[in-house]
Amino acid sequence: MNKQEYTITVYTENQVGLLNRIAIIFSRRKINIESLNVSPSESESIHRFTIVINETEDVVRKLCRQIEKQVEVLKAYYNTNEEIIWQEMALYKVPTDIIAEKVKVERLLHQHGARAVVIRKDYTIFETTGHREETEGLIKALEPYGLIEFVRSARVAIIKASNGFHEKLKEFEQKEPGEELIENEFLDKQEEVFTM
Amino acid sequence: MGTEISTMEILKTTEVANSPLGVGSNISGSEAVLKAMIAENVQTIFGYPGGAIMPIYDALYDYQNELNHILVRHEQGAIHAAQGFARSSGKVGVVFATSGPGATNLVTGLADAMIDSTPLVCITGQVFAHLLGTDAFQETDVINITTPVTKWNYQITDANEIPHVLAKAFYIAKTGRPGPVLIDITKNAQIQKFDYAGYTKCEHIRSYRPKPIVRKEYIVEAAKLINEAKKPFVIFGQGVILGKAEKEFKKFIEKGGLPAAWTILGMSAIATDHPLAVGMLGMHGNYGPNVLTNECDVLIAIGMRFDDRVTGRLDKYAKQAKIVHLDIDPSEIDKNVKTTVPVWGDCKETLPLLTELIEQKEHKEWLNKFNEFTQKEIDAVIHEELNPSTDILTMGEVIKTVNELTNGDAIIVTDVGQHQMVTCRYAKYNQSRSNITSGGLGTMGFALPAAIGAKFGAQERTVVAVIGDGGFQMTLQELGTVMQSKIDIKILILNNEFLGMVRQWQELFNDRRYSFVDITSPDFVQVAKGYYIDGQRISKREELKDAVNKMLQHKGSYLLEVMVGKENNVFPMVPQGCSVSEIRLS
Ligand SMILES: Cc1ncc(C[n+]2csc(CCOP(=O)(O)OP(=O)(O)O)c2C)c(N)n1
Repeated sequence: MNKQEYTITVYTENQVGLLNRIAIIFSRRKINIESLNVSPSESESIHRFTIVINETEDVVRKLCRQIEKQVEVLKAYYNTNEEIIWQEMALYKVPTDIIAEKVKVERLLHQHGARAVVIRKDYTIFETTGHREETEGLIKALEPYGLIEFVRSARVAIIKASNGFHEKLKEFEQKEPGEELIENEFLDKQEEVFTM
Repeated sequence: MGTEISTMEILKTTEVANSPLGVGSNISGSEAVLKAMIAENVQTIFGYPGGAIMPIYDALYDYQNELNHILVRHEQGAIHAAQGFARSSGKVGVVFATSGPGATNLVTGLADAMIDSTPLVCITGQVFAHLLGTDAFQETDVINITTPVTKWNYQITDANEIPHVLAKAFYIAKTGRPGPVLIDITKNAQIQKFDYAGYTKCEHIRSYRPKPIVRKEYIVEAAKLINEAKKPFVIFGQGVILGKAEKEFKKFIEKGGLPAAWTILGMSAIATDHPLAVGMLGMHGNYGPNVLTNECDVLIAIGMRFDDRVTGRLDKYAKQAKIVHLDIDPSEIDKNVKTTVPVWGDCKETLPLLTELIEQKEHKEWLNKFNEFTQKEIDAVIHEELNPSTDILTMGEVIKTVNELTNGDAIIVTDVGQHQMVTCRYAKYNQSRSNITSGGLGTMGFALPAAIGAKFGAQERTVVAVIGDGGFQMTLQELGTVMQSKIDIKILILNNEFLGMVRQWQELFNDRRYSFVDITSPDFVQVAKGYYIDGQRISKREELKDAVNKMLQHKGSYLLEVMVGKENNVFPMVPQGCSVSEIRLS
């Protein structure tokens, strides 16, 4: 099985120490986390972790099960890049005088979908949002003009096929879980045997 | 203790007591901890006091009639004792320890309980909340240290949290796949008075589903495979015992006529002399179960996790077989061995459903095959081990003698090494929860404290701790606990004057280069005597039966040291990296 980029989405309770509990599931197997984002979700009090790693599907599936096993984790999903809509945001700091001298800058920024966030006498900060290649493309373009600083955010991703988490959450609230919860997408993926 | 309780702490104590939080309150956090214990029906606590847990110990002073606290000699002893207690009783083991070194001394036991799915609730004291993160005296970041080795852990800094967090702790420890839980309570929370609204047991945590609703489709599919099988083979682990499903399991294999072999932790779930019991799996397991794993057509794994000591080389493990895996923990399914039919659920529920759908069968010929292999093993290994042709005593004949004199009714707790493997190979059991050993972690030093706990968990039963000369020296301080608690355990030291298991590997795989395995021992009988524990040492066959009998009949604890062959090896053996069918008889 080949390694590829997977985005893992984890719905959790808001609990101190949970980040560590999840992170060590990766570090224990010596897997590098490429990107990690923690944010609220559409459901109040439920947090959403978005984790990007480069691994085989087999390993990713096992990781997800071990994540889901943690007491404060409600659900963990993994997806390929085709199955999600994702974005990363980047900030670039460049010297204002050099930028201002060059006329093509405007066009360059336009091409990369960037916008100026701050313009000061000494420096200007641009922002772009997009996929890795896009944010990286602007670095290359800005390099000749003396890129002072660059930073990129973690990935945030929406699963195309997802209907959100609120319906699922209602099931979790119940002591006796209903039909919704007895499914286990990992076990269902045993297509060779039988599928439901 | 002078240094531990600074004037600052004392000041803080009064401060907290007089704080607004104290107004209108009725009990302290410490008392709430003890009330939780009582509500959870905890009778025995293994612990050791210290500065950061003193308020709880102070409260305990008034609860000595309700709670039996056993003072150990080292916190590792406390947690292994709690493990032994949990394993023999099926209840949650409870530990109290102080912050810093008290808490770090628990780590080995937590790791052991985690990998062997043992339900524990450990309470550690912690420095005052306002000192967290300041490198205060005896402050360690216990939560982060123990995260990888706990099923759940939590730090309490406010007494109001105590009742519901402890309720959660007990619920998490014992439900689903059990495991250790650690609750760290800062000293201010222990002292703090608060409005106690009583204790309600936890029955639901929304993010935690201990077991699923069983999906019948999988049961149907599994039954179909079993019914079609010509050579079905059941391998089972501790899940059967943890699920309290011994009866359901017995019915299942009896109806299907299914030969069944156990992992080291599954042992004793069915009587060792059951006609369908074909022996132990794994590196030093029996010949038939290992070889025939690679001949069966349907392998039915129940409450076991395909540990590498069981599977040997994975890419040559049961490749010919269809695999049915019953487990309560979905992360175990497909983890090591790809399953044909996953039966996710509590085996107490899934086994009866499966039994209903399988056909009554015998599989005589197939079962005979196991017996043939057993005969080969008897001829090559077992006969000589149990009836040695030389004067040198073997570990096997000692265990045989224990079997004869206990009728398989004793709980046998083993340490780690050759004596562990020999005991698990030859011990006879006729009831569940009789074999207590450190399986997944292989923790030397486990047996003595675990035997103490096992006895507290099953006071009516005889408890024999079988320990090597090496492992005994790791936790022999717990003889002090035996002495003070007046518990009755039988300590059987099998002394080969070596770190035997490592020596065996050095002999077989490192050209007999015996590197630091030659261990000297004190006079164990004298050591025991120092703790007012009777005992004797023997080295002759003629003395064996009487000595074991004397040990078993003795009122109170007893230490019997048996000098056994120095360089005996445990066989059969699946060498590391080999397939189970490459098991060696010599
Ligand atoms: C805490 C710990 N340290 C080291 C080991 C490695 N180890 C496994 S078996 C063994 C030898 C045990 O010797 P002994 O207690 O004398 O028992 P024997 O094998 O001779 O029966 C050692 C050192 C271990 N399992 N646990």
